[in-house]
Order: sequence, then structure tokens, then C-alpha cells
Amino acid sequence: MNARAAALAEKYGALAALLVVAAFAALRYEGFLTPENLLNLARQNSMLGFVAVGMTFVILTGGVDLSVGSLVAVAGVVAAEASGRGLGVALGAAVLSAALLGLVNGLLVSRARIQPFVATLAMMIAARGVALALTGESSVRVESLSPAFAWLGRGSLGPIPVPVALFAATVALAWLALRHTAFGRHVYAVGDNEEAARLMGLNVGAVRLGVYTLSGALAGLAGAVLTSRLGAGQPVAAAGWELDAIAAAVVGGTRLSGGRGGVLGTVAGLLLLGVLFNVFNFEGTISSWWQWVLRGAFLLLFVVIQAKLANKSS
Amino acid sequence: MIAAARRAVDRWGPVYGAFAALFALVAANAVITPNFATGSSALNILIQVSTTVLVAVGMTLVIAAGGIDLSVGSVMAIASAVAVKTLDAGAAVAVAAALGAAALCGGLNGLLIARYQVQPIVVTLALLIGGRGVAQVIADDGQLLSFSHAGLESVGRGYLAGVPNQVLLTAAVVAAAALLLRAATFGRYLLAVGGNESAARLAGVPVRATKAAAYALSGALAGLAGVIETARLGACDGAKIGLNMELDAIAAVVVGGTALSGGRATIAGSVAGALLMQVITTTFNMRLIPYSWSLVLKAAIILAAVYVQRPKEA
Repeated sequence: MNARAAALAEKYGALAALLVVAAFAALRYEGFLTPENLLNLARQNSMLGFVAVGMTFVILTGGVDLSVGSLVAVAGVVAAEASGRGLGVALGAAVLSAALLGLVNGLLVSRARIQPFVATLAMMIAARGVALALTGESSVRVESLSPAFAWLGRGSLGPIPVPVALFAATVALAWLALRHTAFGRHVYAVGDNEEAARLMGLNVGAVRLGVYTLSGALAGLAGAVLTSRLGAGQPVAAAGWELDAIAAAVVGGTRLSGGRGGVLGTVAGLLLLGVLFNVFNFEGTISSWWQWVLRGAFLLLFVVIQAKLANKSS
Repeated sequence: MIAAARRAVDRWGPVYGAFAALFALVAANAVITPNFATGSSALNILIQVSTTVLVAVGMTLVIAAGGIDLSVGSVMAIASAVAVKTLDAGAAVAVAAALGAAALCGGLNGLLIARYQVQPIVVTLALLIGGRGVAQVIADDGQLLSFSHAGLESVGRGYLAGVPNQVLLTAAVVAAAALLLRAATFGRYLLAVGGNESAARLAGVPVRATKAAAYALSGALAGLAGVIETARLGACDGAKIGLNMELDAIAAVVVGGTALSGGRATIAGSVAGALLMQVITTTFNMRLIPYSWSLVLKAAIILAAVYVQRPKEA
């Protein structure tokens, strides 16, 4: 295989696999290709999807954000506490609080020069503590008199559930930002070669601040939607989401070393992992533990193939 | 005065910071916390910390070589399930089988990372996800397997000359690992690979074998921790055993002064880091301060530790 074909396979591998698995599912299970199932699938994955889009920006700069699951929990708790004051206030407070914590991540990485893995690991631990402390270690019910807030996670725009519409808008904006704005180009430049980016006069620190704040804000959005959907803000929610988000980005062809990949790949990776679970459920006979085994094995197979392609394409 | 203090922190902080913090915390506790400075409380801390120390020692070796191992908690669960399922053949066989299975898991990590050049964080993430599923499949599809076997239970419940067996085992492993890192060729290889992989290769260091061995050792030590935990519980609880252990171990290693970028490592530091975290947990428990605040304090300690160790730019 030549370098160009390898690069194409690395970029579109997840999409191709998604189409194959979806085609298999459509032929095998009658209920798969129904609007209900597909919309349900999209809604279930949209909350993790917000987080995975933010993670993609961070990974593109060569970083990683382990704190997203805890930030979802903080934002979810904040949204529940503020839910009595209407949708705007609750959503705004959730996104703002998580974005602020993301900004702290960015400051730790860009100013204090702490490695992203450690800085966001510390934030992951601390923010979980904050979420637990804010709530006295129990969940917070959403105000029952706030139908507007409930709409965020449970409503729909025509046939499309609100979380799915929001996720589609987020993906579109993220794609535009990465492809057609200076900020997007800078994200790729920093991840590709930080030294070169600095020498070209890019403000590398500002780009880093931007991506971690964005990742925080999107985790906040996910937290608000999750709380609206569950009807409660749970301080223990979203544990492990950082790993699922990293898996979606990596399966989608975004390289952990930075500089290569994109949001659409992440969406393909997210949906591929989601459809696999959907298939397991349709199959019905695969115990939940076997599902985890298969999921791990699938991830391993995928990243090994991708590593081979990456070696060939560069 | 301040400048002198700052110089002292810069000079000695990275090496002795964790020891100093540990000493200060223990001294403060001895004065202000009733019943803290007693033999039984000290032994309790040592019993609780021993599994984290074992995993942190393996993690130190992997990080020394520039890698990371997220799979340790799931490997603990696999070892636990294997030990209980093979217990009919005797405790010695069960322990050997468990350690063998765990080393095999680590070796698989190492093989994929060293041979196929897949990023350590993704490979070990896949085993983190799939490994717990494997453990549960071995444990009769997620059953809690309790057992009654004096031989195996003695590993986690017995005493020798007044000291708990697992504390003695852990001390022996710590001593051996410290010796390995300082005095053995393998230890030099680990640091060389972590410091500069291509230079190490040019210098004739067997890079692949060194990396693979580091992961196999990390797996084996996680397996030992899993066996101890199983012996202490008298059961294999596949859903819980080793959960989030990777975070505790990484935190201990980082706080202890081992560089996440590789090439610089201290076993004694990792032990001090693990002890520091455990003493914080115990202190908060004994003083009835909510668990959530201990998380915030731990995160602050991680950040302080890496801040004093951060690379000094010219």
C-alpha cells in the first residue's frame, strides 16, 4: 500500500467500518434502520459526543483532557441547582462553570507548563471533589416547575430530539472553526510542530488556553443536557467519559501526537462505537461482560491497524 | 530569605518534596488527631497502601521507560478471577496462575507498544476497557466468587512477627525494584529508553525488549496486588477490585518525583507519594471531614509536586 492510500485509510477507516457495521445491522435486524432506533442511537451518543468534539480540539494540539467526565458532573450539578431560574440561566451557568475550570486547565498547561496529562488528571480529581462537595455527596433534583429546562434533554424540534439537533449544530460549528478560521489552522499548527508554530509568530499559549476552555465549555453543555435528561444532577455522573471520548477521537483517525485528524472522524468513531453497542443489544445473547471484552478487542484491533497506516503514510 | 527558600525548593523539592510533605502531615496528625500515632493505625495505613504501592512500583518502571499503563486495575481483576478459579489446585498454583495471567496481559501491552508502535495510552486503555470484561467472564459471568482457603487467605490476612504479610511482600518488592532501577543493567536500559529512545537504540540498548519487559513487570505487580486484595476480601469481586487503581498509582508516581516524560525515576519517591495520599485519606476519615475535600487536596498536592519538578527553561 502506498503512502497516499494509507493516509486515506487512516482518515476514512472509521467511516468505512461504520458503514459496514451499519449495513450488516440493517440486513440482520429489522428494527435497526427505523427512525426510532436511529434517533435513539443519536440521542444516546450526543452527550458523549459534545465531550468527544472538545477532546478532538485538545488532542489536535497534542494534548489530552482527562477532566471532562468530572466537568460534566460539575456542570450537571450546577444546572440542577440553577434549573428553577429557567433554561437560559441554568444552561449558561453550567457551560460557564465548566468553561472556567477548562480555562484553569489551559492556564496550568500553557502558563505553569504542566503536562496536559497531569494537569487534567489533577482537575479530574479536584472537580469530582467539587461536584461531591457542592451536593453533599448526593444527587440534586431538577426543579419540577421548569419545563423549559426539561426541554433541553427531553424535547424535540419536529422529529429531531433537541440533544441531537444541538450536537449536529456543534459538529457543524466545530468543523467550520477547524477548517475555515485562523483559530482552527493554529490548532493544527501547534499540534503538528509546536516549535515551528512559535517561530511563525503564533501565540501557542493562547491556542492552548482556547482548546482547553472549549473542551470545558462543551463538557458543560453535555452536563446540562444530561441533567435535563435524567431530571437530576448527579455528582458521580460521567465517570470514565474521558476514556470513551479519547477512544472515539482515536478510532476516528485523530492522532494522539497531534496535528492530524478532525471532528468528522470523531463523529464517525463515536457512532461506530455506539452502533457496535446497538448491535450487541439487538443480538441479545451477548452478556454485558462479553460486550466489554469485544469492545476492548475492537479498540485494540483498530488502533493497531491505524498505527500501521500512520507509519506508512508519514 | 524568600529567594533562598525558593532556591531550596527548586534544588531539593523534586527529590524530597513528597518525603517532606509526608513527614509534615504525619507530624501534624500525631499532634492534632487522636489515636493517629498508634501502632494499629500505622499498620492499618500500611495494609491499605500496600496494593497501591505494588502497582505504583510497576507504574514507575513503565513511566521510567517513557510509557504509561492504564490497564493495571483491570489486570488486578483478571488476576483475582484467575486465582479464585484455579484455587482447587492449591494456593501455590492459584497464585502462580494469577501472576502468570497478569504478566501475560502486561506482556501483550508491551508487545503491541514496542513492536507495532501504538501509543501506550491507547493500548492500555483498550485493556482497561476489555480486561474487566475478561475478568468477569472468567468469574462465571460477573458472579461474586467467595472462597474459604486458609493458604490463599494468609497472603492478605496473615502476620509474620507482628507485621502483616502483604506489607512484608510489598517491602520486598520495593527493595528489589529500587535495586533493579539503580544497580541492574535493565534499570539503566529503562532510563535510557525513557530519556532518549533513538539514542538508546543507537547505543545498542534492546529497546523493544526493555519496553516489553517493563509492561510485563507492571502487569505482574498489578497481578500480585490483585491476589493480595482477593486474599484480604476472601472473594473475587470483579466489578470493584482495582477500580481506578491506575489513577492512584499514576498520582503516587507523579507526586513522588518521577518524570512522566521518562528517563528519571525514583521508587522511594513513588512509595512516599502513595503513603502521602493514603495518609490524607486516613486523616480525612479519622477527622470526619467529607471525602470530597480530600480529593481537592490530593489534586492540589499533585499540581504542587509537578510544579516544583517542571522543566526549567533557560
